[in-house]
Amino acid sequence: MAIIELRGIQRRYEIGDIVVRAIRGLDLDVEEGEFVAIMGPSGSGKSTLMNTLGCLDKPTEGTYVLDGLDTSAAGPDEFADIRNGKIGFVFQGFNLLSRTSALENVELPLFYDRSGSKADPRARAKAALTDVGLGDRLDHMPNQLSGGQQQRVAIARAMVNDPAFILADEPTGNLDTEMTLEVMSLFQQLNERGKTVVMVTHEPEVAAYTKRVITMRDGAIVSDAPVTERRRAAVDLDAWKKRHARIAVAEASP
Amino acid sequence: MTAAKLIRASALSIFRNKMRSFLTSLGIIIGVGSVIVMLAVGSGSQAQIKASISSMGTNLLMVMPPRGPREANRLSMADVGKLRSEASYLSAITGEVRLSSSKVVGGSGYWSTSVYGLEPDYLTIKGWPVESGAFFAEADLDKRAKVAVLGSTVAAELFPGEDPVGRSVRIGSTPFTIIGVLSSKGSTGTGTDQDDVVMVPLDTAVNRLMRDTSIQSIEMSVVAEELMDEAQAEVTAILRESHRLSEGDDADFSVMNQAEIIKTAAQTSQTLTTLLAAIAGVSLVVGGIGIMNIMLVSVTERTREIGIRMSVGARRRDILLQFLSESVILSLLGGLLGILLALGVSFVLDTFLNTPTLVSSAVIAASAGFAAAVGIFFGYYPARKAADLYPIDALRYE
Ligand SMILES: Nc1ncnc2c1ncn2[C@@H]1O[C@H](COP(=O)(O)OP(=O)(O)OP(=O)(O)O)[C@@H](O)[C@H]1O
Ligand SMILES: [Mg+2]
Repeated sequence: MAIIELRGIQRRYEIGDIVVRAIRGLDLDVEEGEFVAIMGPSGSGKSTLMNTLGCLDKPTEGTYVLDGLDTSAAGPDEFADIRNGKIGFVFQGFNLLSRTSALENVELPLFYDRSGSKADPRARAKAALTDVGLGDRLDHMPNQLSGGQQQRVAIARAMVNDPAFILADEPTGNLDTEMTLEVMSLFQQLNERGKTVVMVTHEPEVAAYTKRVITMRDGAIVSDAPVTERRRAAVDLDAWKKRHARIAVAEASP
Repeated sequence: MTAAKLIRASALSIFRNKMRSFLTSLGIIIGVGSVIVMLAVGSGSQAQIKASISSMGTNLLMVMPPRGPREANRLSMADVGKLRSEASYLSAITGEVRLSSSKVVGGSGYWSTSVYGLEPDYLTIKGWPVESGAFFAEADLDKRAKVAVLGSTVAAELFPGEDPVGRSVRIGSTPFTIIGVLSSKGSTGTGTDQDDVVMVPLDTAVNRLMRDTSIQSIEMSVVAEELMDEAQAEVTAILRESHRLSEGDDADFSVMNQAEIIKTAAQTSQTLTTLLAAIAGVSLVVGGIGIMNIMLVSVTERTREIGIRMSVGARRRDILLQFLSESVILSLLGGLLGILLALGVSFVLDTFLNTPTLVSSAVIAASAGFAAAVGIFFGYYPARKAADLYPIDALRYE
């Protein structure tokens, strides 16, 4: 069953007399367990699409069926509940609450949980942080963590409510190579455990860790192809670390 | 999201910015504090007025001329005589005339004071003993004797260090022999020195010092407290007869009992208290506007935080309640500090500055409630503004 089903989606912005057509007629199906990369030039509508998928924004036209649920008629409160229960968000800029510990940041979605099925939020948040390898950083504030670690906190937060899928808009855009590999290896792990992931990226190397690449241009999908030579981020991370260890050793003993 | 979580989250964000939170609620602190202090000073002085009026005499009844400026005063010596002979519940009665700021000359110089024309019963009604010499008697009234009794302040001013009994003073141009000095009675609640007084026989005052024969008031003691109402009714009836008023006529005098006198006296200070408290109340409103101002700044500053909260599933109502509870907690804390401040100031006024204060728990409860109401009222608009943000715009906000 398709977990994401978009039909005839359009999103127009009207600024004065100018009408910007950010998405112009887009159909898309994403099945459970997929790992999708969305690529395309700047301004092609990738973020707009992600916002639509994430129920942060309502399309001007078209239907969006999410996990079997038609969102066309949903109001702001239903959207909030969908975001809370079905979607995990990861942003380029991490978007963690400052001066708030990693643990409390991860707990935040549970704070707004209305299903009542998520008992012991503290333990859940701890488990999620341990899952992303930050079990020893629970009480660290965002400004005490590296970019990669902050993004892992954000991923833990996205995972803590056990959502139907994870959306990530350029999650590695602010990260260096090592951190990018860390984050991608984390996404791959999650995906291997069955989680659906849709992410936006500008970098083909990053897209190579996913299973399917969609390319957008001018608010429409221009190509949609499976990844043939899929790379493993964990392996690349190991190789990268070894190489750098050698360089460091070489530099230390001239 | 439960109330406890909400309050915890709001308290956290308040304590994260301690200095700013304090300054924000300063308006409320001062507002609540000054309202309570004003009311405390007001009720303190009223309690004092009550106490001093109770000290005016026991089971006191008082007849006064009508209040309106147009109506002539028709109280006369004859009224006093008629009451004395006909009223059955009275244990003591005196007519009273007063010449305020009369120049009294004698001894070491002169002194400006109030001269009262009274009858011997006066001291019984007031329970006011003579310190030296004696008070005048019926015979002095009949003779219109030129004798005077000095209050202790006047005695001390004109005859410092000596006993004035036997000496003489002039009131206006009339010489009087001093026959007694009263014991000291102290000040009234409103600060008037009760000992700054000269008393002469009523008939003497009316005939030798006043220009007309009307008297200014009649004071009476009723034999027992339970008979106050009967006595008051009887006095009214006798005076109506004396003034030849027929059935439907308005009385040209008023009979008040002690409770009514207290009420009248308290009314003036009540009005003043209300006025001061209202002014202080304005500062509470200004404090509320201060909270609104900071909350608006805070909403702008935390736009991104609002976006993040929305993106993980906060409903608009959650955001609204978060900001609303922040402003309510801020103003409640301000109210609490204001109450503590007021208690401290009242204590200092009462203990060290000789200003009686009375802090009532009802006022404290009301001002705490009012502070919370201010928080809700002035916090609603900023909270609404936060809740109405569109998630994407909030997330994108730099
Ligand atoms: N709130 C908005 N108001 C007006 N126009 C907007 C708004 N948001 C996006 N757009 C327009 O919609 C188009 C698509 O924007 P979008 O952010 O989706 O692009 P993108 O593919 O994510 O670009 P980038 O790679 O730079 O992030 C752009 O032309 C942009 O100017
Ligand atoms: Mg974008």
